[in-house]
Amino acid sequence: MRYFLPWAFLALLAAVPILLPDPYTLSVLASAGIFIIGAISLNLLLGYTGQLSLGHAAFFGLGAYASALTTLGFDIGIGFGQRITLAPQPVWFGFLAGIVVPALFGWLLGRLAFRVRGAYFVIITICFAQVLRLLTLNWVELTQGPMALSGIPALSLWWPGLDAPIALFRKDQIYWLVLAVAAVAFLLVRQVVRSRIGRALVALRENETLARSVGIRVTHYLVIATVISAGIAGAAGSLFAHSVRIVDPDVFLFIYTVTMVIMVVTGGKGTLWGPVVGGLLFGPLPDLLRGSAPPEAQWIAYGVAMILIVMFLPRGIVPAVASLWPRRAAAKPAAVAVEAEG
Amino acid sequence: MSPPLLAVEHVAVHIGGLVAIADMSFEVPAGRIVSLIGPNGAGKTTAFNVITGYMPPTKGRVLFEGQPLSGLPPERIAARGVVRSFQRTSIFGACTVFENALMALHLRGRAGVFGALLRLPSARREEERLRAEAVALLELVGLADRAGTVASVLAYGEQRRLGIALAVAARPRLLLLDEPAAGLNPSETAECTALIRRLRDERNITVLLVEHDMAMVMRISDTVVVLNQGRIIAAGPPDAVRDDPEVIRAYLGAVPEADGVLHAPA
Repeated sequence: MRYFLPWAFLALLAAVPILLPDPYTLSVLASAGIFIIGAISLNLLLGYTGQLSLGHAAFFGLGAYASALTTLGFDIGIGFGQRITLAPQPVWFGFLAGIVVPALFGWLLGRLAFRVRGAYFVIITICFAQVLRLLTLNWVELTQGPMALSGIPALSLWWPGLDAPIALFRKDQIYWLVLAVAAVAFLLVRQVVRSRIGRALVALRENETLARSVGIRVTHYLVIATVISAGIAGAAGSLFAHSVRIVDPDVFLFIYTVTMVIMVVTGGKGTLWGPVVGGLLFGPLPDLLRGSAPPEAQWIAYGVAMILIVMFLPRGIVPAVASLWPRRAAAKPAAVAVEAEG
Repeated sequence: MSPPLLAVEHVAVHIGGLVAIADMSFEVPAGRIVSLIGPNGAGKTTAFNVITGYMPPTKGRVLFEGQPLSGLPPERIAARGVVRSFQRTSIFGACTVFENALMALHLRGRAGVFGALLRLPSARREEERLRAEAVALLELVGLADRAGTVASVLAYGEQRRLGIALAVAARPRLLLLDEPAAGLNPSETAECTALIRRLRDERNITVLLVEHDMAMVMRISDTVVVLNQGRIIAAGPPDAVRDDPEVIRAYLGAVPEADGVLHAPA
């Protein structure tokens, strides 16, 4: 049963475009899916290492820009009469760049920031995202600044026997693409968490002094987690760039990080399904509220919902629901015993 | 003659203006059980912190198998084969006993990122081996039947045993135990003593012990080193140390005269 349920859930999600072929619904779900991928990656840091990255949108935005710039190409001056030129590359090459570039920055940030942990890590990650936002706003030659990078090509699929690659324009195609990447991201994080590396991360979260005494290298493992997390967040950013097909410096906005944090915390940080459940609740919420409430009211609704969930389910929805199962299992034999006596 | 397993050479530790350890030198020969005793504040735990890399010495150095340990972080020192337990109970409270054991077996595995991400056969085999080792480890300390229990709900004595198991997991050559019998009742203390002997005899682990239970120290130690106010005041076999006037003065504040009666110092 336990092994069967996740696959049934995946099949159900995969069937949505067939059961519900409304393009608007699909585009809302696809954009929620992109943020769920971001939340899955954030959960590896926030949930399993206990380090709060409040600049997670930085990796997301880096992925979007790296992917977009690689596929569009660029030609920029770097001073002293030198120029760097990149011809437009195939979209999947861009997607790869959208993973590798944030991962490299994740490595760099991890090496620097994990010398100072806790509150300082939070501050450094916030600054990182703000610096990138200012950079993309002002480096107009590379990023078009506030005019945004537009005309980003859609991702495409090709397999042997096909004359030309199929560009993934339609909402149902994008939905399936996001679902596939989300499933891969989920599996990657699951593999890491259930391995020796995942145990080292949890050991560091639970009791760093003890973890070090049994030989767990603090910076090494925290950097590994940051690199994987940044790479997955970058993949989400790349999907964003190639599905919305326009990227502006707002991808680095604090509110995107907050959205991912809310998804992880309400769903249940440090659980594999937490970001998925939290994401399915909060991802489509702004669009559902769009017709009936102004944006400001939406954010207030977000905040209130978050406060209520943290108040009544402090560990999140998934642990709360999971804790119902053993209780029910334990209650059953007792009930049987009472019946037998009666 | 081969060098001792551990040599502490003229170590001094100053914390702010406080002299925690003034000048400490002692050796731990391989295969022995050495106890470090002394009144509260004598510098015993500080000595542990220096040896295992949690605190840098102000002066002096620590040699393990002739190689300096000073300057290495705790995790590197653990990888060299020197692992400690903690005075206050130190376990991964939110995890099950079995998960605790697996986490502590970290150094017994080497699976990296790709092994984990791709579930390579080598990583799977290693995982199976680690699970078997975790079971053996819990059997060693008598916690095998508690494997599925969340560690924080274990009884105090069980938590102490788990703490020792975590320190032993990495198969250290030198094990530093910080008051393993603290808070244990007499029968639990006897079990603890037997466990330490078995670690030495069956697993070939050399032990450096900090302990307040003098009966246990005298029964188990090959050598006793006595610290007082940051200085070593005596070192030798338990019987010799027990009768040392300096030691008695440190503990009782008085010296037995020739008539064998304690007199308050003048």
